[in-house]
Amino acid sequence: MNADVVVIGAGIVGAACARALARAGLSVVVLERGAAAGATSARGEGNLLVSDKAPGPELDLALHASADWPRLAAELADELGAAFPSVEYQRKGGVVVALTEAGAEPLRAFANGQAAAGVAVEHLDAAAALAFEPDLNPALTAAVHYPQDAQLQPVVAAEALLASARLAGATVLTGTEALGAVRDRAGRLVGVRTRAGDIGAGAVLVAAGPWSGDAAAALGADVPVRPRRGMVLVTARMAQRVRHKVYDGDYFGATQSAAADLQTSSVVESTPGRTVLIGSSREQIGFDDRLRVEVLAQIARRAVRLFPFLADTPVIRAYGGFRPYMPDHLPVVGPDHRHPGLWHATGHEGAGIGLAGVTASLLCAQLTGTEPPLDPAPFQLARPSLAAHLGGTP
Amino acid sequence: MSVSVLVIGAGPAGLSAAVAAADAGAMVTLLDAGDGLGGQYWRHLPPERSSVREARLHHGWPLFERLRERVAADEAITVLTEAQVWAVETTGAVTVRVLVGPADAAGREPLALAADAIVFATGAHDRTLPFPGWNLPGTFSAGAAQALAKGERIAVGRRAVVAGAGPFLLPVARSLTDAGAEVLGVYEAARPLHAAKGWLARPHRLLGAARKGPELAGYLGHHLRRRIPYRLGAAVVEARGEGRVEEAVIARLDADWAPVPGTERTVAVDAVCVSHGFTPRLELPIAAGCRTGPDRFVLVDADQRTSVPGVYAAGEITGIGGVDAALVEGRIAGHRAAGGDRSALRADLRRRRAADDVARRIEAAHGVRPGWRAWLRDDTVVCRCEEVPYGRLRDTAAATAQDSLRSLKLTTRAGLGICQARMCGRTVEELTGAAPASAADTSDQRPLAAPIRLGDLAGLATTPHGGKDTQ
Repeated sequence: MNADVVVIGAGIVGAACARALARAGLSVVVLERGAAAGATSARGEGNLLVSDKAPGPELDLALHASADWPRLAAELADELGAAFPSVEYQRKGGVVVALTEAGAEPLRAFANGQAAAGVAVEHLDAAAALAFEPDLNPALTAAVHYPQDAQLQPVVAAEALLASARLAGATVLTGTEALGAVRDRAGRLVGVRTRAGDIGAGAVLVAAGPWSGDAAAALGADVPVRPRRGMVLVTARMAQRVRHKVYDGDYFGATQSAAADLQTSSVVESTPGRTVLIGSSREQIGFDDRLRVEVLAQIARRAVRLFPFLADTPVIRAYGGFRPYMPDHLPVVGPDHRHPGLWHATGHEGAGIGLAGVTASLLCAQLTGTEPPLDPAPFQLARPSLAAHLGGTP
Repeated sequence: MSVSVLVIGAGPAGLSAAVAAADAGAMVTLLDAGDGLGGQYWRHLPPERSSVREARLHHGWPLFERLRERVAADEAITVLTEAQVWAVETTGAVTVRVLVGPADAAGREPLALAADAIVFATGAHDRTLPFPGWNLPGTFSAGAAQALAKGERIAVGRRAVVAGAGPFLLPVARSLTDAGAEVLGVYEAARPLHAAKGWLARPHRLLGAARKGPELAGYLGHHLRRRIPYRLGAAVVEARGEGRVEEAVIARLDADWAPVPGTERTVAVDAVCVSHGFTPRLELPIAAGCRTGPDRFVLVDADQRTSVPGVYAAGEITGIGGVDAALVEGRIAGHRAAGGDRSALRADLRRRRAADDVARRIEAAHGVRPGWRAWLRDDTVVCRCEEVPYGRLRDTAAATAQDSLRSLKLTTRAGLGICQARMCGRTVEELTGAAPASAADTSDQRPLAAPIRLGDLAGLATTPHGGKDTQ
């Protein structure tokens, strides 16, 4: 078997890249060692947030994604028809709340910085915040509305992108692991080995989320992506009393921090399934998936502080996943400068669902030599902030 | 110092494990989520409304009374009822998280329990295959109908049919008639030849199963006296009615359980009680890390030890074997968990072999056969909590080319509702051919083993091995 591009990983980022590449006319084979959309993509919340990102390249990426998802969601719905489940794209907006005096000013300052970078931002006083979210803790000290924040059903989104990739000609092989590199006499990567035989490839894209390090290692390369565990709670079905994605300002601290300790911040939102999702914790504990009640308790404490009525709500499910996290908190989207023929799209941490589409456009443009949607330089593996974390050339 | 043993579940297996562990010198804590002892098998009226008829209504009631009195009198056994285990932690010693208090009440008392040994005896719930109309009021799982009859003396209807597969149908029919219902028929999906093959192969082995033979004979005798028709190779393939069940459609089945066209007939009823076997309650042993086998039961060795050191399992979670198997497995597990000598168990090990034989016969005779899918329609609801119809489940699986359970659950919402796939999990797996990606990813896996109020979760005290044990 041969392909222009072999994509390793059938999570949402691999699926989106496979779709973009196949629609650009390339032949694509997707290798997934487990089930499609079965790991990180199936264990998050489906965030498409601009509100949690400080001005910089990741925010630029998020703004592109925010502008692009309505088109992408409509395109997928159109292409896949009514029988395919909806990706449940909802531009419901986010409301970020400070509940302490100390937290109020940093939240306002953060929002003002974002506004300068092009984010739509609306400062809310307490009365306005309670008009947005009547059940919010009235003791709030500051609140900001971010109308661009949106939500997706992450598994349906990943499956839709993959189904669309198939329609564009991509082949998806699940239960098939990329075991190693096939190289030509000059040592250049020209394909991957699998148990089902070698697959020749003009390019190999590693899009295996937190397992990208392992996948790259099998090909003789390295990428400094690490797993970061996050837990989410799901309530029983209920009348919807949470209208936006609502979270406390500490969320910024957690996403931008490299501290290994358990951190939680409350992210509360309703879903079309009439449940409420409550996230989220962040722990660097490797691929340890054992349940820790203390983590769930911390998430619960923050959620109840935000929405006191939730104290009486039964939680029926808890799930956790591993997010792909880079030491400098920026995804990698582009070629591996040390290994010709090898490409990467990973490291989106908790933002991969929302950023998958724009990641695919950025990757595809670089690989096919067309005009990228935004400057790819900040997302290169060769960037200075990763230099200390990379192995050398072969 | 004596060994501490924590027994979870106070049905036949758990009660006998607790007593055996205390006999072997252990300090025992026995937990049950229900408000009394006995489990599903010996479900009975609450003490303030106790009845002298219990002995007549329950098989093995004197044995239950002995176990219950012993457990109450023995100072080495602490009993906690209304004790719901909602999580199991394995980051340090296996720790069981419990909420004690009336189900659904706020402010239940939280406990975190660990012990030298843990015995899981969490039992099984009955499995119901979906059929058109099964979500109409008036259809019940046979287990629910029996629980109401035994625990409340309430008959679910005046004119009922009982259908499904397995020897459980007979005691359900009896409980219903005892509670005052007229049972119009019992419809067993297994065909006569299948049933005979399962039950009659090497009949001398059946003599070894001390209780099961007479128990079934007793139910059949009751059946004959009451003139209740008992049909093999037949099923309720549809329930009909305006707003509630008014008619059951009965059809003959072929050997694969597919309805034979043209054999349908309708019976006027106000209750349909259905059971197609049992699903073990595996979430706690799975959360504790216990390995399960290809047949989806907890793997145990000759001492009822699971793959996790210090953790034992007994009763239906190790194989559907009925009360005799549960009692003997409980005794072995409790005795060994307490550090008791194996040589004392010779008779029990022999009894367990006989009980295992009965379990194999039941599965051979009454195990679910794939032809039942033929009675489904596109609009037959498969997942009742989330109202997912069969057609959508099948079409979504096809549209996503998906053969893994996790994605299918999340794209269809099947199994995501309040029962957390306890009712439909195995059915969804069979209908879609969806294989769990790993043993830890089955519909049996539920890290939250029971709902917990967010306020109760938020109120938990920080523990020594929570949160900060990062490496």
